[in-house]
Amino acid sequence: MSGFTDRADAALADRILKIAVERTAGTAEAKRAIAVDAFPDFDRARDRAAAIKDHVIAHLGYYLEQFEANAVAAGARVHWARTADEACRIVIDLCKAAGARSVARSKSMLGEEIGLPHALAEAGITRVETDLAEHIIQLADERPSHIIWPAMHKTREQVSALFKARHRTPHEEETIAAMAESARRELRTQMLGADVGISGANFLIADTGAICTVTNEGNAELSLVPPRMQIVTAGIEKIVPSMAHATHMLRMLARSATGAALTQYTTFYTGPRRPGDRDGPEEMHIVLVDNGRTTMREEGLAEMLRCIRCGACMNHCVVFRQIGGHAYGGTYPGPMGAVLTPVLDGLAKSRDLPNACTLNGKCQEVCPVRIPLPTLLRGWREKSWREGLEPKTMRAGLGVWAWFARRPALYRMASGMALRSMRVLGRGWISKLPLADGWTAHRDMPAPEAQSFMAQYKKGRRR
Amino acid sequence: MSRPRVALFVTCLVDAMRPRIGFAALATLEAAGCEVVVPEAQTCCGQPALNSGDRATAEDLARRTIAMLEPFEAVVIPSGSCAGTIRSHYPEILEHDPEWLARAQAVSAKTYEIMAYLDEVRGWRPDDVTLPATKAAYHDSCSGLRELGIKAQPRRLLKAVEGLDLVPLKGEETCCGFGGTFCVKYPAISNAIVEEKAAAIEESGADLLLAGDLGCLMNMAGKLHRRGTPVRAFHTIELLAGMGDGAAIGEPA
Ligand code: SF4
Repeated sequence: MSGFTDRADAALADRILKIAVERTAGTAEAKRAIAVDAFPDFDRARDRAAAIKDHVIAHLGYYLEQFEANAVAAGARVHWARTADEACRIVIDLCKAAGARSVARSKSMLGEEIGLPHALAEAGITRVETDLAEHIIQLADERPSHIIWPAMHKTREQVSALFKARHRTPHEEETIAAMAESARRELRTQMLGADVGISGANFLIADTGAICTVTNEGNAELSLVPPRMQIVTAGIEKIVPSMAHATHMLRMLARSATGAALTQYTTFYTGPRRPGDRDGPEEMHIVLVDNGRTTMREEGLAEMLRCIRCGACMNHCVVFRQIGGHAYGGTYPGPMGAVLTPVLDGLAKSRDLPNACTLNGKCQEVCPVRIPLPTLLRGWREKSWREGLEPKTMRAGLGVWAWFARRPALYRMASGMALRSMRVLGRGWISKLPLADGWTAHRDMPAPEAQSFMAQYKKGRRR
Repeated sequence: MSRPRVALFVTCLVDAMRPRIGFAALATLEAAGCEVVVPEAQTCCGQPALNSGDRATAEDLARRTIAMLEPFEAVVIPSGSCAGTIRSHYPEILEHDPEWLARAQAVSAKTYEIMAYLDEVRGWRPDDVTLPATKAAYHDSCSGLRELGIKAQPRRLLKAVEGLDLVPLKGEETCCGFGGTFCVKYPAISNAIVEEKAAAIEESGADLLLAGDLGCLMNMAGKLHRRGTPVRAFHTIELLAGMGDGAAIGEPA
């Protein structure tokens, strides 16, 4: 059928993938539960987080202008990009103007979204990924499979093998420490030699013009402090009014993502190096990217702009836990990805994503900013139906059912006939049901009773 | 106590696949002092259309169902997902139509999942229902749990059943992979999810599987049977109605 189903089938057949995803997501789920229990009134904190984002999204223009003015006053330059291509072009032009041959990049989902790694390669610029997980997938020539742990689809054993094959002085033992040391040796010199540092931003603080990034390895600092030029790419929805708002969001982010009270490294940057500063880049550029965000606000997806990219929805998603992130086929996986990918790649290409969901509501239950993900997914299904993107057999089937459902007497006749034909297949369990082989391929179907409830009720049965 | 006139909405799945759930609901509601009416015009609440994106059909079925249910004091449904559709989604999908929105809200406010109705509204308990010593695992079906907050009510009611011991089930709040049309549209993913659920049920050591939604039950019981696991499955209301000694799901009647 579709690319999605094929990818999902391949993922389901991959036992190692399953183990890798379960390890990380399972741990994250358990740790989040503990952190949330220990947080006094987490539900109210979530309401507040959602309200902060809603306020900003409703007054986006105001806060962006305020942010720009303050960032410029601090010595940074602000660039605006409407599309992914525009954003990449701005970054490449800046790198070229700086005469850069290599860039140090710290993990940024926006960078993945706009295709920056690819654009850098095309421009002949060497890219050093400073994030351990990004380094792993760069070596493996893959894409991130999770927004917090880009290499979560790989087991430790697979990473060890990869390092042994690709590092110049690989590790001897298979411990995490040895592997990290091997990556550090590999990356340090390259990182320190990079001309430009590129990072994303977790929050943009409007009233100071500061950028806030969080990492667990401190690599964002390494990618940004030594080079002469710092480029920050950020989605326009990343804005918060003030530091106080940023700290509230940070508490929600860390707990939802990993169950930690705070991320290991939380860094605020305001402008480039000032006279008298001991380090810091000489130039700082901030590229603010729209790439569909304004249209999301106008097209009923404003709530999705609250997303702080914590990954809780995917960690708790039964579908993600079975198929991992790559099966989704876009930059963002899991429930949030199923809402975002149709915006970025078009619904025709990604109509499977909003459909491949049981609508069980767990993602909404854990989302720290209360995004009604199932409702948004249903919205995509409606659009897909209106535009005729659903498979014809499915439309026809539902159409026949709907016709009868509006006509109770005929409905009873038709369902009575269907039930009788089903009973012909057996009493007790039916192990092969024509027209429902999606069901009986994997499980048995209980044979229905002799007559429907309504038929028996009308004959006077009461218990 | 007053004798409320209650509409029993049996759900299309119960009507077709397991009528005894409907009769169990009828019996318990009567035992709880209600005058029960089964409106004849009922077919389906429209959830399959709603979740498939066919908004026009969903709206049409919502209007029909609302009009049918308006005359009653309360509407009771042996399914968290259908009750959730009427309670949470009808007002949502009719939001653009002020007259129908008001009618949807009025029906929404008096619609109950059966466990919530029996426990919270009627304060009913299953008197003298006994079983031989039985260990039961209870699965919290998603819509009931997250749209309606059904969690404590069935457990309170089940506690009153003598001989029944509720054992812990790992991941009891995790979706079983049914998801309405999901299980036929993405059978392989759905299967992977229900495999895990079945393994957790086996691990729990339960003899009995209970839940409040027939769709989930058919999914889990069908999987357990395919795996050759002799766990018997019932809708919670069947057990509470004292029908736990009858044929379990998939057993020839
Ligand atoms: S949708 Fe919510 S849970 Fe998912 S990544 Fe965004 S903020 Fe986190």
